[in-house]
Amino acid sequence: MSALQWQLATVTALRPETPRVKTFVLHLPYWTPHRAGQHYTVRLTAPDGYQAQRSYSVASPPEQTSQIELTVELIEEGEVSGYLFEGVTVGDQLEVRGPIGGYFVWEATPLAGPLLLVAGGSGVVPLMAMLRHRHRSGIHNATVLLYSVRTPDDVIFYEELARMAAADATFTLLLTYTRHSPANWSGYQRRIDAAMLAEAVKLAGSSPQCFICGPTSLVETAASSLQAQGIPPVSIRTERFGPSGT
Amino acid sequence: MQNPFFNRGFQRKRPAPTGHVLPPGQYETQDFPVLSAGPTPRIATAKWSFALDGLVETPQKWNWAEFNALPHQDLTVDIHCVTQWSKFGTTWQGVSLDTLLALAGPKQEARYVMAHCYGGYTTNLPLADLTGGKAFIGLLYDGKPLAPEHGGPARLVVPHLYFWKSAKWIQRLELLADDAPGFWERAGYSMYGDPWKEQRYRDDDEDQAAAGL
Repeated sequence: MSALQWQLATVTALRPETPRVKTFVLHLPYWTPHRAGQHYTVRLTAPDGYQAQRSYSVASPPEQTSQIELTVELIEEGEVSGYLFEGVTVGDQLEVRGPIGGYFVWEATPLAGPLLLVAGGSGVVPLMAMLRHRHRSGIHNATVLLYSVRTPDDVIFYEELARMAAADATFTLLLTYTRHSPANWSGYQRRIDAAMLAEAVKLAGSSPQCFICGPTSLVETAASSLQAQGIPPVSIRTERFGPSGT
Repeated sequence: MQNPFFNRGFQRKRPAPTGHVLPPGQYETQDFPVLSAGPTPRIATAKWSFALDGLVETPQKWNWAEFNALPHQDLTVDIHCVTQWSKFGTTWQGVSLDTLLALAGPKQEARYVMAHCYGGYTTNLPLADLTGGKAFIGLLYDGKPLAPEHGGPARLVVPHLYFWKSAKWIQRLELLADDAPGFWERAGYSMYGDPWKEQRYRDDDEDQAAAGL
């Protein structure tokens, strides 16, 4: 079966990540290894034949065989995310196809250079697949995740990220809170800007490979400011999604 | 092929678009989402140029003032992105590819076009899909100069194909005898990208070819 045929996945577990974000663990009858950063498309079919499909990034690493984890943000009025949140429980089946996307991907190799990941909100999901892949591969290239969230409640994967950062001196987690921050917080409390990115680049080391994922305004700011700091455009890969701007 | 599977309790939530037909697997959006693989190139119109070359009788190259002096058309088109959104009734002003091709004169053996863009993006299309009023170089969107994140100062617009074929930051159209994959096409996306046949990925092309479609 080719990677892009529709297949019926079974939901084997559900994990609430934040009040608005849930992880769906799907067992796939025809699992193929994805590349960290790729996505799957989920297709819902109504009894009357009406269909809707959306693409979701895979959060799990390719080392996690026979299943994928899709971490989904509930979108206001979201036709597909709304059903996934309300109507789907363990044991249910979902039609999916993938893995899809060959550009916003990162490979953990022994020669991997410095890595700078920049996320806004649920834009952290494909970057989490890269971090989990890196962790499972046991490589120690200098890696920085600069992650912008509104409030402490909105940090997806907080415990796992904090654990990774504590256990691995070559991985730095930089959080910035744009609405309100935890008590006694001494870190960033503003939107991602040039100064913040300059510090992240410094921590990652010379000429990092950059992946930026989040809302358009964040991606635009981060990508142009990294370019202004001398990082060549070919080293900056972007993905935008979520409630779209104009 | 009948699909016997359905999701219990799932039903249409968004109203069906009125007066418009959505291609399969698409939903309607009122926004204008932005998708691109890398940083947005910022091209000053003073430094901008656009070329039409390859298999043509008279290769053409215009600077910003020359290009804007060409006859403009007002266009209202529906656009369909491979990431499942469609947007109805977008309004543009631009220069028809028919105008440009008439000046360059395609050679008989020209069958395909590679679009080359500022920032290095490329995408491939059949020449026939750029003629007969089917494509234009868009300069104004919604009455205003096209914003950089949407492909400004100028983007190719080919509304009857998935929108990745409507290359942003267009710099050059090269006429070719043979088809060759562009940026997303090399990454596994469809060589043609017909939204009505749901040709999203290369596998869709092959499946449809195998089924004789």
